[in-house]
Amino acid sequence: MIESIPIPGINDFDEIFWLNCSNNQLSIQHCGACDEPRFPPRHMCPKCQSIDHKWKIVAGDAELWSYVIPRAPLLPYFEKQSPYIVGLVALNNYTNIRIIGRIMNSDGSNLASTTNIAIGSKLSVGFNKINSEITIPFWFLDV
Amino acid sequence: MFKDQTAIVGIGQTEFSKNIDSTELNLACKAIKLALDDAGISPDQVDALGTFTYEETPEFEIARNLGFGNLHYWSQAPYGGGASCAAIGQVAMAIASGIANVGVVWRSRKRGDPTSRMWSHTEQEIFDHWKWSRPSGLVRPVDESSMIMRRYMYENSYSREDLASVAMTLRKYANKNVNALMHKKELSLDDYMNARMISDPLCLYDNCLESDGAIAIVITKLSLAKTLTNQPAIIHAYSQGMSQEHSLMTDYHGNNPLQSSSYVTAKNLWNLSDFQPKDVDVAQFYDAFSPMIPLSLEAYNFCSKGQALNMIGDGFISEDGPLPVNTSGGSLSEVYLHGMNLVLEAVRQIRGTSSAQVNHANLSLVTTCDSTPNAALLLRGDS
Repeated sequence: MIESIPIPGINDFDEIFWLNCSNNQLSIQHCGACDEPRFPPRHMCPKCQSIDHKWKIVAGDAELWSYVIPRAPLLPYFEKQSPYIVGLVALNNYTNIRIIGRIMNSDGSNLASTTNIAIGSKLSVGFNKINSEITIPFWFLDV
Repeated sequence: MFKDQTAIVGIGQTEFSKNIDSTELNLACKAIKLALDDAGISPDQVDALGTFTYEETPEFEIARNLGFGNLHYWSQAPYGGGASCAAIGQVAMAIASGIANVGVVWRSRKRGDPTSRMWSHTEQEIFDHWKWSRPSGLVRPVDESSMIMRRYMYENSYSREDLASVAMTLRKYANKNVNALMHKKELSLDDYMNARMISDPLCLYDNCLESDGAIAIVITKLSLAKTLTNQPAIIHAYSQGMSQEHSLMTDYHGNNPLQSSSYVTAKNLWNLSDFQPKDVDVAQFYDAFSPMIPLSLEAYNFCSKGQALNMIGDGFISEDGPLPVNTSGGSLSEVYLHGMNLVLEAVRQIRGTSSAQVNHANLSLVTTCDSTPNAALLLRGDS
């Protein structure tokens, strides 16, 4: 098994997403023709089939839709951190944009306790830099 | 054109174990031979094959080991737990349309060894859709299923005690089935509540078994089936289903993540069928994880949204309930072979040979994974 964190490989249709994350900005792909938002990013607009697309920087504020607390057995990188919290967060101002992300302390350190965590909790986005190319968004509880 | 044109006439299974000292090909050959013997069909009559894309025993190896005749059709169905009914349905379509006459569908799997867990082979750099979940620590299928279940439990005010009824009900069926891996192990509410968590809110007993074994079935035209000894399990209706915006296992991005691809399969299946859910005598719902049973009960319209765990707690799927479910113990307590054991149990119920036999079972439903693109079969006994 891999020892370090698995990282997203960069594809042509999501390169800008990861570039924006590296600059601590969350962005959502929208259709260049009809403006329909879509997540996860992809080549074509499922509404109008245009391949033109654009990226809109968003604040990243969200509500917790659901969450899990994985326990062993896990990939070694995650097993060392277990218990930890993975959320499915519903982005504010969009109807159906839900993103999977760690629920952490605001400084990006592990949050093992679910005290104060609940479905519906208000969240803000943070960024966890993995290397020069990849930064992974996470969310933390609004205080 | 398709309805009631084909039937499952033979079933075969190897021993089930945590560790069988044999290859998957060896096990596949044994299971297929058992299924053909059960049907009373000679291997040289077989001219169609179906299996899973995840299956590692190739068609030509199977054919030249078993001594099959010249083959006219073969296909593979994708998505693991979503594949069993699709692989069978596709072979049945080939037979119903006249391309082939006798089909074999098989699955052989050595997954008792923990190093064979698919998630443990996660690559360092991920280019497919798992890139949106695994780097954040949502790595295993159990995590992906648990995400949906916590939301379901929240929306419907359920607790772990409510969910426990699923694993406990299936364990009781396994306790009656001498071939089930958990045949001799009882499961109490205390056992369940004190079990270690695997992906909170899911614990050990919400997970399927890790096991080795192989299973095969034989399908023929109904006219040929009627000349054989076994009572045919007639394939009445079949559909696949994939919902809009579906994302394999991380099916979180549509209008309502609690409305899975099972809703698509179910709607088409009931439209294609002469029957309604109330007519079904016994059902086998795919159960890699216990949440899939209540979610499937609702998707296939056996109860209203949000009510399934209440009804399971009240005995709805128990042996003396209105709809016995996973009556051989299922993937949670019999064996995990990507749901092929559920197909065999659906056939046994029609034959009257289940270890938890439903009286006069004539209509038998079997489904596949609620979290993937999936499929279902409605089998019937009379013709």
